Amino acid sequence: MIAGLAFYVFAAILIACATMVVTSRNPVHSVLYLILAFFNAAGLFLLAGAEFLAMILVIVYVGAVAVLFLFVVMMLDIDFTKLREGFQRYAPFGAIIGGILFLELVMVLGSWRFSGDAAELRLSPAPAGITNTEALGRILYTDYVFLFQIAGLILLVAMMGAIVLTLRERTGTKRQSIPDQLAREGKVEVLNIPGGQGIRSLGILRRLPKAEPAPKKVAHHGHDDDHHGGGHH
Amino acid sequence: MLEIGLGHYLTVSAILFVLGVFGIFLNRKNVIVILMSIELILLSVNLNFVAFSSRLDDLAGQVFAMLILTVAAAEAAIGLAILVIYFRNRGSIEVEDISTLKG
Repeated sequence: MIAGLAFYVFAAILIACATMVVTSRNPVHSVLYLILAFFNAAGLFLLAGAEFLAMILVIVYVGAVAVLFLFVVMMLDIDFTKLREGFQRYAPFGAIIGGILFLELVMVLGSWRFSGDAAELRLSPAPAGITNTEALGRILYTDYVFLFQIAGLILLVAMMGAIVLTLRERTGTKRQSIPDQLAREGKVEVLNIPGGQGIRSLGILRRLPKAEPAPKKVAHHGHDDDHHGGGHH
Repeated sequence: MLEIGLGHYLTVSAILFVLGVFGIFLNRKNVIVILMSIELILLSVNLNFVAFSSRLDDLAGQVFAMLILTVAAAEAAIGLAILVIYFRNRGSIEVEDISTLKG
């Protein structure tokens, strides 16, 4: 009962937010509605029993992706009213395409059913008695470890790509260039100083540490002449 | 009516997907909102995966949803990076201006 009500509330807010993301005048508002939409989607995930994914959605999407969007929207100096031209022109076209797509999806939804042996074809049935997070952890690092590694590689490549794309050397800023500094001609003179000279002139000659006693030689002879691996021959 | 089944989730997900596609057509000029529409589409796909995973008691769907999250995060990072350097070079993010590679 309460779960049903919560589903309808979450779904209604989610769809309303998605509509506002798409139609909002100001892209900053769009990003904020996107964040609210992600929170409601996390609520729907919770109702479906996927707690771990709900938390990941909040952390990854709200914490990283949406904030990234927000940074970019606020950083770029764009006249957003100019970008709104043609809004009315494209709206009917988009509505027709969206309507056709929705009708197709509804028709698929109406005529579709599970196959009889769907229960036997499951890849990794959820074990009973443990939490969703623990169950996911048990299969993610065993059965799906290669997918997990590939996901890490994708993130690594994306990180390197983003850094390479956006890193730039500004001209006109002052910064230290160590190779140039070291290669200056005539500015730095390299002297060949004999070792220990400065210390001796001040009379604080450091004494050599006392030699450690050499390890005692152990004589190996006599009983294993056929053994040549010892290295003492 | 208050019994929530698979059909409810699939309906919400279908509406979300259509809204995402509609957003791509509606904001033909603003690349940022197009990227956000793609995020909405990926979210609806995730919702589908989670709904089926919950209905069938099969955790593979949730693993896949996690991978989609990964790819979506990578896509957002790369897309926004491209957007930033494009704006730096051309001073505009209108889709119709992005035609330098046109033959």
